[in-house]
Amino acid sequence: MRRAVIAFTAFLGGLVFLLVGPAHADPADCQGLRGTLTFQGQPVNGARIAVSTEGGQPVETVTSNAQGAWDVQVEDPGRYQVTLDPASLPQNAEIRGGNNVRTPTVYEGNCSSVLFALQAKGAAAQQQGDEGSGASPFWTQAAQLTFEGLNLGLIIALAALGLSLIYGTTGLTNFAHGELVTLGAILAYAFNVGFGLHLIPAAVCAVILAGMLGYGQDRLFWGQLRRRGTGTIAMMIISIGVAIFLRYVFLIFFGGQTESYAQYTAQPGIEIGPISAAPKNLVAMGIELAVLVVVGIALLRTRTGKAARAVADNPALAASSGINVDGVIRIIWTVGGAIAALAGIMLGLSQNLKYTMGQDVLLLIFAGVTLGGLGTAFGALVGSLVVGLFIQVSTLWVPPELKSVGALAVLIIVLLVRPQGILGRRERIG
Amino acid sequence: MDWITIFSTTIKSAVGVETVLYALAAIGINIHFGYTGLLNFGQAAFMAVAGYGLAVTVTVIGLPFWVGIAVGLVAAAILALLMGIPTLHLRADYLAIVTIAVAEIIRLLFRSVAFKDIFGGSDGQRGFSGGFQALNPFPEGEYGFNLGPIPIFFAHWQLWVMVVGWLLIALCCFIVFLLMKSPWGRVLKAIREDEDAVRSLGKNVFSYKMQSLVLGGVIGCLGGFIYGLAYGSVQPDVFGTETTFYLYTMVILGGAARVLGPVVGSMIFWVLLVLLNGTLSEAVAAGVITFIDTSQAGALRYVFVGLGLILLLVFRPQGIFGDKREIAIDAR
Repeated sequence: MRRAVIAFTAFLGGLVFLLVGPAHADPADCQGLRGTLTFQGQPVNGARIAVSTEGGQPVETVTSNAQGAWDVQVEDPGRYQVTLDPASLPQNAEIRGGNNVRTPTVYEGNCSSVLFALQAKGAAAQQQGDEGSGASPFWTQAAQLTFEGLNLGLIIALAALGLSLIYGTTGLTNFAHGELVTLGAILAYAFNVGFGLHLIPAAVCAVILAGMLGYGQDRLFWGQLRRRGTGTIAMMIISIGVAIFLRYVFLIFFGGQTESYAQYTAQPGIEIGPISAAPKNLVAMGIELAVLVVVGIALLRTRTGKAARAVADNPALAASSGINVDGVIRIIWTVGGAIAALAGIMLGLSQNLKYTMGQDVLLLIFAGVTLGGLGTAFGALVGSLVVGLFIQVSTLWVPPELKSVGALAVLIIVLLVRPQGILGRRERIG
Repeated sequence: MDWITIFSTTIKSAVGVETVLYALAAIGINIHFGYTGLLNFGQAAFMAVAGYGLAVTVTVIGLPFWVGIAVGLVAAAILALLMGIPTLHLRADYLAIVTIAVAEIIRLLFRSVAFKDIFGGSDGQRGFSGGFQALNPFPEGEYGFNLGPIPIFFAHWQLWVMVVGWLLIALCCFIVFLLMKSPWGRVLKAIREDEDAVRSLGKNVFSYKMQSLVLGGVIGCLGGFIYGLAYGSVQPDVFGTETTFYLYTMVILGGAARVLGPVVGSMIFWVLLVLLNGTLSEAVAAGVITFIDTSQAGALRYVFVGLGLILLLVFRPQGIFGDKREIAIDAR
């Protein structure tokens, strides 16, 4: 034992001696505040930032450089006041939330970053809706929120339809479906900003590529697992592994910041009756509705659609009546991947792109699917619309940051009263 | 490359605070998932209500430390009842989705501006561990030894948290060992294997599942206390869904339905994660690896966590100690 310890220590010592090499440089001493200003993906140069102590003593005033970065070193740790001069921002930019003062704390030997999120001036007006019209403000607001709820609900429905179809045919509760949504948005971003394509062809490319990746995913991964006889709960936990894996791969390639597409970022709203909407949202909703209708008709009318429903009902019986179950599942994965990607692009268009965007909506997708009834394609549609509407309309009464709480609470209450969901069948709940 | 620091932090992580708190929460998951077959994906919520129960009782209401611990334990038990009532009648995947939803609701409420006066918003609460550190029997200083050239030292306050934590782990493992040998534990395992068979023997399956959920939740909530006491603060985003997923990785790595599985799983998970992180970030800083930067190196280790979870379930679902026949992964 003693000899082993000595030998091990000597080995480690030798290893350390060999590998330490030149003394490792300490990270640069940093005690202060810094940040980076970007507007629509571009760095903001020349924005004035004044740093003062908590008591109001000015410390330093700096301007952001060509990379949008600024940096102020301070003597003492403590609380500081950082003021961004709105007049020094680009003409069409403003600070999100309107507050141009931050009070961060500097810790000993550490640099704190200070965030100022910038947005286009039109964007805020678009969010606030119109307040000046003649109808009573409550109903105007309710109409506006209903519209926004439908917008969100349709996006959730696209993603939920794919999730529900995959669940119905394979029994897999796919926790990585949110990452398929992110994948679509990031692929479109890569074609759009990386290769300089206009957003519309970029989106088409992204959807096609995502469909191919969906096919590949089933061909090379999930299909193989099914052949090995992996249980459904094992597959569910594997999908969590896939979700973590993909999410951090996105983080490595895409980075942790938020981005937006090169086109259609800030559109002024147009007034339609009591609501104001950006034209891009109307077009997006039209496309979403069209895709949902096409997939629905395909499920009801085409041979493949009927086969898919047969597989969902009873895979063994479907196989024995001559349906190629694996082939059907592969088509479902292709379609599911493609429409999840479309949902991601639409989500990126109406909000922003971030590597966690899919993860953030995953629970809402689940809520939509469960509310409608697990495994029923049309239930997923209805459930998602309900979730989307509920989330937006509930902000009439609850603070916007808690809007998802209401939707999730409704999910739990519906499960108490009607566990099979709105359109589900009793036998499925087990 | 500073190998001494890498080895020092890696060896310390095998017994460190993070390992302790995750091991406790993972023991709770093991009772739910390993023994009873319940897919509770909301374990982070139990840690959160315990940590916040302690924090709010001490800082906002101003009651002593022991009352805070009691509030946290009661909150965890109530949460288990609330979570169980709508879901325990349902199939495994419904339970998974609802428990995630509950955990997310709790996290959003804790970080909301509306309750900032109570829960402190996204900054969380701090300054409630004084009562615990006042009980610290270790005088101020650094404790430890040198393993050859590698220093392994813990500050007195860390050591105190670790001693309490490992005693709790030993106690919980002992309780789990005794319970799972008892008739009660055999009913739990039978529920995992075939719920209908147990029901046909006249057992109240719902009640057993609920007891399992409460017991695992209360043990899991000890992890939340350890987090709060070790770092002197709680933040809502620490108790996110990913925390629960890492706990599952640990339980499966060590071996589900084994008394020591989650503890060993937590130790291995953190040793590997810290070693990977230290090596990668040092390699990037020293210019050995040039194609990624430091923040990407931080993300890369979680890519490996995801990959590890996939490979583990595909090739060795029973983990290190487990028995393949005892893993509840082949549900209906």
